[in-house]
Amino acid sequence: MAYLVSHPDEVKVISFRFGKGASDIDKYLELDGYTAVRKAITLGPEGIIAEMKASNLRGRGGAGFPTGMKWSFVPKQSAKPKYVLVNGDESEPGTCKDRLIFEYDPHSVIEGVIIAGLAIGSKMGFIYLRGEYRYLLKIMEKAIDDAYAKGFLGKGIFGSNVDFDVVSHTGAGAYEVGEESALMESLEGKRGIPRIRPPFPAVVGLYGGPTVINNAETLATVPHIFRIGGAEYAKIGTERNGGTRLFCLSGDVAKPGVYELPMGYNLKKMIYEVGGGINDGRSLKAVVPGGSSTPVLLPNEIDIGMDFDQVGKAGSMLGSGGVVVLDDSVCMVEFALRTMKFYQHESCGWCIPCREGTDWLKKTLTRVHAGGGVAKDIDNIRYLAQNMLGRTFCPLGDAAAMPTIAFVDKFRKEFEDHLDGKPCPYAHQREAALASV
Amino acid sequence: MSTQINTIFSPALAARFDRLVTLYPLRRSALIPMLLYAQDEVGYLSDQVVSEVAARIGVTELDVRDVITYYSLMRTVPAGKYHVQVCTNISCMLRGGNELLAHCKKRLGIGNKETTPDKLFSLEEVECIGACSWAPAVQVNYDFHENLTAESMDQILDDYRSRT
Repeated sequence: MAYLVSHPDEVKVISFRFGKGASDIDKYLELDGYTAVRKAITLGPEGIIAEMKASNLRGRGGAGFPTGMKWSFVPKQSAKPKYVLVNGDESEPGTCKDRLIFEYDPHSVIEGVIIAGLAIGSKMGFIYLRGEYRYLLKIMEKAIDDAYAKGFLGKGIFGSNVDFDVVSHTGAGAYEVGEESALMESLEGKRGIPRIRPPFPAVVGLYGGPTVINNAETLATVPHIFRIGGAEYAKIGTERNGGTRLFCLSGDVAKPGVYELPMGYNLKKMIYEVGGGINDGRSLKAVVPGGSSTPVLLPNEIDIGMDFDQVGKAGSMLGSGGVVVLDDSVCMVEFALRTMKFYQHESCGWCIPCREGTDWLKKTLTRVHAGGGVAKDIDNIRYLAQNMLGRTFCPLGDAAAMPTIAFVDKFRKEFEDHLDGKPCPYAHQREAALASV
Repeated sequence: MSTQINTIFSPALAARFDRLVTLYPLRRSALIPMLLYAQDEVGYLSDQVVSEVAARIGVTELDVRDVITYYSLMRTVPAGKYHVQVCTNISCMLRGGNELLAHCKKRLGIGNKETTPDKLFSLEEVECIGACSWAPAVQVNYDFHENLTAESMDQILDDYRSRT
């Protein structure tokens, strides 16, 4: 069970039904459920996309692409059926927000899928959940069954002449499948290897048909946009960054948890006020602002608003909303190594720079952390990572390289402190910090 | 299709498969969920499971094995009745995931990817399971256990042990 927390600064748009029993369809209906989709049916495709564009909603999976624009790329006419795909393969380390949506408000995802379907002229949607989220699959399956029983899915939904089907689907453990084209491969019953683009999914996607694929949080936000109005939703956030998002605070903060805050909320404030600051009088060393693939920020770089543009300007990315906080007892070489171990494990092996790069980086970081590194290793780590950038078919290679470059550039001294057979100088500090928690 | 196959699956699972393949425009889309559900029932993806799933979907056994080797939740050898999966990825690491894994090894007397002699528990170090804000976290089969300490972990293992 995902735990709920709250803070007075939260603006509860997507989370307003959390903890209110909304996984029950009748309760969901009491809480304004399925009103957005009825409104969307009357608006029609053009009206839906206009409202989405007005909302300034940007993709919550990490890339931050404007959702309304993404939908508008799907061709109106298509010989092949069109599909809507929910990316619920949440696997970016530091990210645990979609879990709350599926657990506490599964119908909002269904409603979002239907609205996206209406916008692009699709009759079928798939909700892909990561394999580890089996208990959520059960919740989602029940929600879908209940929606069929009420006539909200199937033939002539809500008494209209529109047909729409939704199927929930389980993955089986693979970070790479969170990449849009790999997810489609996986849903087609294959290894999750990315596809070469173009063509992009909006033109040739699932089963070869035009496909809209959005992060679960993005689609679950859609009904709320129609509930409160696109322009109103946009006003909550900052320029070109509409609304709120679920930020997952984790690591060395006093009050970790998933908080819904307006886009552009100050990162420093998020850590020190919402998250209750750093544990036990320790001090802040670094922040990974948007999941493990985003470059680390130093304490003097966090007085920024958390939206796609401002975090980008600070040299990192807003990513998937996973804010990982590190106190001064953390060994950055160990942290870099653990991050790389993950990417090495998850690389699908198709593109050589990623497959070989992550492996060599893991080996080199292991050696440096163990005290067996030589001075050249530090430059070599940076060089290897630099050479992976932009040389792979999907962003996994970049996701492994970008944080690595930042670790070396911002914490070079710590790497040097490990050289020449020295044992990790931070190991004892960390033990003490963990013991005090 | 199930009626023609000399099935190793329970009637409920066979019926689930029959329904599953009808949900997708392409039969093969049912492959990954089918493998997982079969693994849940049989315990692992044995040669017989691979063979039957291939026949039910209408692909070759090689196609099925090609998929199995890609996904981390799929296994071709039996695990313990309770498969203890300890996350040590960054958020869990910061809250003591490595120490928790070491504790589980000691407590269960087995290493990573090993099974206890009584086949009750198996242990695996896993990548992020999506419990970052409630770290450190463990999944036992599909059940999440979060905000763990060595003491609460012991309690959880004891609870599973007493279930049998």
